Amino acid sequence: MTVTAVTPPDATTAKSAAALVVNGVSHHFGDKKVLDNVSLAVPQGAFVVLLGLNGAGKSTLFSLVTRLYDNVSGEIVIRGFDVRRRPSQALQKLGVVFQSRTLDSDLSLLQNLKYHAALHGFRGKDATERALHALSVVGLGERAHERVRALSGGQARRVEIARSLMHRPDLLLLDEATVGLDIGSRESVVKIVRGLVETQRLGVLWATHLMDEVKAGDYVVVLHKGRVLFTGDVPSFLHTTGEQTVVAAFRTITGTNPLEEAA
Amino acid sequence: MNTQTIVARDTSAVAIDAGQIARSAERRLGISGYLACFYGIVWREVLRYLHQRERFFSALVRPLIWLFIFAAGFRQTLGVSIIPPYESYVLYEEFIAPGLIGMILLFNAMQSSLSMVYDRETGAMRTLLVSPFPRSFLLLSKLLGGVSVALLQVYAFLLVAWFWEIRPPTITEVKLFTMFDPQPWLASVIGSVKDPIVYSVFSIPDVMQTTVGYITVIPALLLAGLMLGSLALFMSSVIKQLENFAGVMNFVIFPMFFASSALYPLWRIREASPLLYEICRLNPFTYAVELIRFGFHGQVDTTSLLVVLGCTTVFLSAAIFAYNPSKGLIARRGGPGGSA
Repeated sequence: MTVTAVTPPDATTAKSAAALVVNGVSHHFGDKKVLDNVSLAVPQGAFVVLLGLNGAGKSTLFSLVTRLYDNVSGEIVIRGFDVRRRPSQALQKLGVVFQSRTLDSDLSLLQNLKYHAALHGFRGKDATERALHALSVVGLGERAHERVRALSGGQARRVEIARSLMHRPDLLLLDEATVGLDIGSRESVVKIVRGLVETQRLGVLWATHLMDEVKAGDYVVVLHKGRVLFTGDVPSFLHTTGEQTVVAAFRTITGTNPLEEAA
Repeated sequence: MNTQTIVARDTSAVAIDAGQIARSAERRLGISGYLACFYGIVWREVLRYLHQRERFFSALVRPLIWLFIFAAGFRQTLGVSIIPPYESYVLYEEFIAPGLIGMILLFNAMQSSLSMVYDRETGAMRTLLVSPFPRSFLLLSKLLGGVSVALLQVYAFLLVAWFWEIRPPTITEVKLFTMFDPQPWLASVIGSVKDPIVYSVFSIPDVMQTTVGYITVIPALLLAGLMLGSLALFMSSVIKQLENFAGVMNFVIFPMFFASSALYPLWRIREASPLLYEICRLNPFTYAVELIRFGFHGQVDTTSLLVVLGCTTVFLSAAIFAYNPSKGLIARRGGPGGSA
């Protein structure tokens, strides 16, 4: 059931203004269709929650946005740059926190971040200053010279967020960033990212299957079995489905029980 | 409420100077940006290696066991006659030293491949591949990072070997020539010369003659390392799971190492088995070892050079294709580390 069809954004306004525009993207692995005509947008300064159960296609969508492989149909535009046609410019505006841990545990926080700075063309003093600043943003400036191995899961996540901010992106993608973290760490990570939306006007696409991470002011995109079933804000989500909670609305719109599926 | 509404609200709030973004992008992706990226990737590979002391020692122990135990045992049973580049009879240890260096490069390349499969499975490879620089450049930089680590291992081995009195020969001149006896199909392309034809000679000053072999071998090490690294990079894209890597040991490393001129001269192999001799001549690793062997003597065997360059081009092109986001093997399968 598609509750709200996504209107394709206007080429002259939406594509250049939005942090991310995904328009009519489909993707197959062999015969299996994992994304079916997916469209969504993330404006600057907006926190958009991509809600979907495991296997909904969230990670595949992230792989296409980050150009780990190309989208074969539809278009993906980051700050006006088409990912397939102008990947360098598009990827410069993008910061990513992947679902799996991607830090080098044998290296220090600073060394990890300086490596990432190099991948974006920064080196020397500039890279060090950017790394230290990004670490201070996530509250780990004092631990720059410690090895990643010494960090807790939540702290490592914060380092990954710092890493994704170093090249000053306009769009931040986070794929199940809080999975495996305790409540305190989860809150800390969410608070930092929501703070970035307000202070730096980052566009954030936050993929999760944890319904309690959705707040009243967020935009929601429901992805289920490769299809977008709803886009809009939380009040619209509840109103459209006639439910009182996000969990119930999700259950109604997808015909599944997220609590059972997550378990 | 739909996407249109969201976007419209944003348009009024944020004005973008697309030209400014493009100019900023060009600056960062200029030559200095490429240099920074290359330096960063190589630096990380070396740094990781230096942090993993166990890897350093295990990489060193393997060829040293061959040198100290295997070669010592075979010294009395296997005579090596005077064949180019040697100008006199040599100890067996001296003969297999280039082969063991080839072994270091081979194992290091395969270990890099293993770590790339692991990185792909865990998703760490993604951090490299989402860099705004071209993917072919990123892969080549990572390859050169791996080769840099391999060179550190090679020189650590050579240092130990030096105390064992396995040292490069005294070189009075550097020679560029062809002598190798290639396969007929290869000979039809690049020619076959069984007697050495010297193309050019460069004299070496007296003070450098005993140590210059350590320097003249560097280009050979780099090229051999690049060839094996390219092969490993391609394999890392083909191997679906880490568990499959055990097969690599049996089907790639051992056959490549043993069916080559690393342990025995080819004429000896021909006497024992003509078929094995032909296999050895088809094995790119043979040419890598010969390139290193001649390199220590300040000589360039152009047949080996051409084979190594050709194989590097083929393997690297295959690897870059495999990692191509639109056409490659990774994209078709849903990697690296990708899943729905």
